[in-house]
Order: sequence, then structure tokens, then C-alpha cells
Amino acid sequence: MLAKRIVPCLDVKDGKVVKGVQFRNHEIVGDIVPLAARYAREGADELVFYDITASAHERVVDKSWVSRVAEQLDIPFCVAGGIKTIAQARELLAFGADKISINSPALTDPTLISRLQDEFGRQCIVIGIDSFYDQASDSYKVKQFTGDEAATRDTQWYTQDWVEEVQRRGCGEIVLNVMNQDGVRGGYDIQQLSLVRAICDVPLIASGGAGTMAHFRDVFLQAGVDAALAASVFHKGIIDIGELKAYLKGQGVAIRHSRPE
Amino acid sequence: MQDPRSSAKAMAAKGETGGTVIIDTGCANLSSVRFAFERLGAAVTVTDEPGLIKAATRVVLPGVGSAGAAMAALEAKGLVELIQGLTQPVLGVCLGMQLLSLLSKERGGRSEDCRCLGLIPTRIEPLADKGLPLPHMGWNQIVPTAHPLFAGIAPGSYVYFVHSYRAPISAFTLASSEYGETFSAAIGKDNFMGVQFHPEKSAAVGAQILANFLTMGAESSTSAQADQAAKEAKS
Repeated sequence: MLAKRIVPCLDVKDGKVVKGVQFRNHEIVGDIVPLAARYAREGADELVFYDITASAHERVVDKSWVSRVAEQLDIPFCVAGGIKTIAQARELLAFGADKISINSPALTDPTLISRLQDEFGRQCIVIGIDSFYDQASDSYKVKQFTGDEAATRDTQWYTQDWVEEVQRRGCGEIVLNVMNQDGVRGGYDIQQLSLVRAICDVPLIASGGAGTMAHFRDVFLQAGVDAALAASVFHKGIIDIGELKAYLKGQGVAIRHSRPE
Repeated sequence: MQDPRSSAKAMAAKGETGGTVIIDTGCANLSSVRFAFERLGAAVTVTDEPGLIKAATRVVLPGVGSAGAAMAALEAKGLVELIQGLTQPVLGVCLGMQLLSLLSKERGGRSEDCRCLGLIPTRIEPLADKGLPLPHMGWNQIVPTAHPLFAGIAPGSYVYFVHSYRAPISAFTLASSEYGETFSAAIGKDNFMGVQFHPEKSAAVGAQILANFLTMGAESSTSAQADQAAKEAKS
């Protein structure tokens, strides 16, 4: 049976992990490779690296760390952040990234999705969507440039419309980041994720809001997502991946155990 | 990143041959496959030079993307007949597995099915997903047969898949998996083997499968070369 995936997300800047990561016994800060390997050993099914290095004035950002990760890591990983062109995508995939994730540049130019799909196949094209509940219109809408608070802006897109549009253009997977819940650790937005699940024919990854192990159970069993992404609960050592997977298995969620029984 | 091809050129220059060769199909998972073998301590060569491929102890055919584009790349490099004539163990990975079949229904905008290498008599068709999300992406369980490629791999082991087309269950199935339907997670005939999943991304289980492959070929390759030498001696 296809297992539900647990996906830790790491913020990377100038080739280093930005925030410290607290494992059970000690904290590892900085080097990407040992951190990534540690998560893989603990049972992470996949990793996302969000590169927040600013590329002001089209400065070329050094992505060679991707190759160092690929050399060591024996689980799939995705690189997100600042990918605007076919050439940038090609470089990351050649370095060994399994997937690339596009967010704001796809909103600026939706044809980027189809062009990436034509070039590399849909299996490696992930679309990140930052969605929020707009009280005024009682609907879900998409925000752009959320990486920079000053630049963040609303778009014309209703979330469901954009989810359908990116699938039409050939993405292979969608990460739905629900902003109202992000960082609060009050749980995934089950209602919104269920709505999107119903119109999403590609794998769907939930993002934003994970605080407890029960939140993971709920998002898998109630919203039917394929994977759950989280950052702070793993980095701060609030949830241990091994314990989480044992718990989910006990709750009837299909989960990969590292060792066959 | 060091260009893997430079080591192949160095080998060629020194006249060294043998070992494990990954065919340079120019595809995106080339580095990942090489890294996985290197983590096992294996010396691997990435090359599209016919002489080095023929002389290899064992050969890996990687691939991601569409069947049509990959076959076109092999044709452009003049490697189709060469691969068809290989007698040492050959392992196709993901799309590389599909290329070993007779044909693929993945047309990729073309009007006809894609003719493949014809080494394993099975056909690649769309996964009957029964409404499940596609691509079939993530960790799924396999049930292996007693084939040496799966030595030590328990039924129910998880490996990482990313695909929308599949080989059906047939006499050539080496391992099966299930997603909407039961399909071939691995196929094989004679010295040709292919895995639909990505062993290079399948943690310890994948590493075991690649390690199994690394034990193959030392003898059969020698005997094949001996046969060849015998034929040449006769003629």
C-alpha cells in the first residue's frame, strides 16, 4: 500500500541551514548534509529544502550544496525557492534534486509550469501554493511573494481555480501551505485541504499548522492528503519522527517503516 | 561538481575497462544513480562510449522523462543496437526499465506508440489508477520473486516510486506492487533486468538491491567474452 509521507522542511541560506535543529539529545546547526542524513535515518520519507538566499539584481546563487546533499541522501528531496527559469531548474536537477518546487514565479508567469513540464516531465514539477481564508469574500485565495513580508501581495486567484490551473499546465504535485495556521501549530486546515483534495488529481502535500502527532493523523485520515510537511515541530524536537510514525501506524495510517517486519 | 565523464575518459585513455558502467543518457537522475553506487563503495563510470559499455562487467540504464525522448537520445548516440547486444547483466532504472520492453504507450505528443529496445517481451501502458492521484508517487510495498536481484528483500518492503505508466504482471515480473491495480515493480529476462522504482532513493532497501546487482556479472561476463573469443578464433 502506498504510504503517507512525512516531509520535514529545512530553510537554507548561503548553503547553510538557517535555523538550528533540535534532535533528542543535541542540536545540530548549520551544515546541511549531516542534518539531512539525520532526518533520513530517523525515518523522514522525503525532504524539502527551501532556499531563502536572496537573488538581488539577478545575482547567481550558488546551489552546489544540492550536489553534496544528493551524494549522501538516499531518500528523495525537493528544492524550493527562487527558481524562475528552465536553466535554473536544469542545474538543480543535474545536481541531483529529485523535484523542484515553484511558487511565486508560476503566478507571475503560469506558462513556466508547462515549459518546465515539457522539458523535464511532470514528475519533478511541484507547485507551492500559499493560500489564506479571506473573510470578506468567505473564500480561499492565493498570496504571492510570501517569503518577504513587505512584498507579499494578494493575487486575483481563488485557491481552487489556481489548483485546477496548475494541474492543467502539468504540475506533478501540489504543496498547499495554509497561511492562517502557519507557525501557530494549531493543526492543519482540514476543511480547506479536503476541498482542495476533491479537485486535486495529483499528489497533495499539506503544509502549515502541525503541532501535535494527532494533527498528522487528522490530516491523513480526514483530508486524505498524500504527505504532510512540517518544519518547527521537527526542528525544535517537539515531535520525534520515529515516534510519530509508530503513532500513525497504530492509528491505522499507512506508514513506511524503515525496516521490514 | 566533478564531471563524471572525465573519469570515463581517463579510464579510456589508460585502456582500463570493466566494472560498473552507467550509460550516459543525459537524463536527470544520472547523478543520483551514480551517487547510490558510490555510497556502496563501487567504482562506477558514466559514459556513452560504446567500447566502455561493451567491456563493462555490468551496465545500468537510467532514465526519467518520456520514453520517446529517451529512445531518441539513445538513437542519436547510436546506442540502440549496442544495448540490444549486451550479454552482461543490465539493470534499467525507472524509465530505463520501460525502455527494455517492446513498446510504450506513452506517446508524448507523437501519433504512434514508442518502440523500445525489445529486450523483455512486455508492453508499457498507463497505470489503471482507479481514480487515485497520478503520478504514483511515494513509498510503496513490493512483493519480490526469488530472483537474485531481490536477495534478502522481504515481501512488504517499501521502495520509492514516481511514474504514471507501468508494465503489467507477466511471466517476466520479478517483483510486484499495487496502486489501483497490481503491476510489475520489476521485470527481467535473461541478463536484462529493470526496476520501475528508484533504488537510488529507496534508503536501505534500495541499497540492498543495488548491492545485489553489484554481485552479478563477474562470471557471466568472463564467459561471454570467452564465447566471443572462441567465435572469433573459429572464423
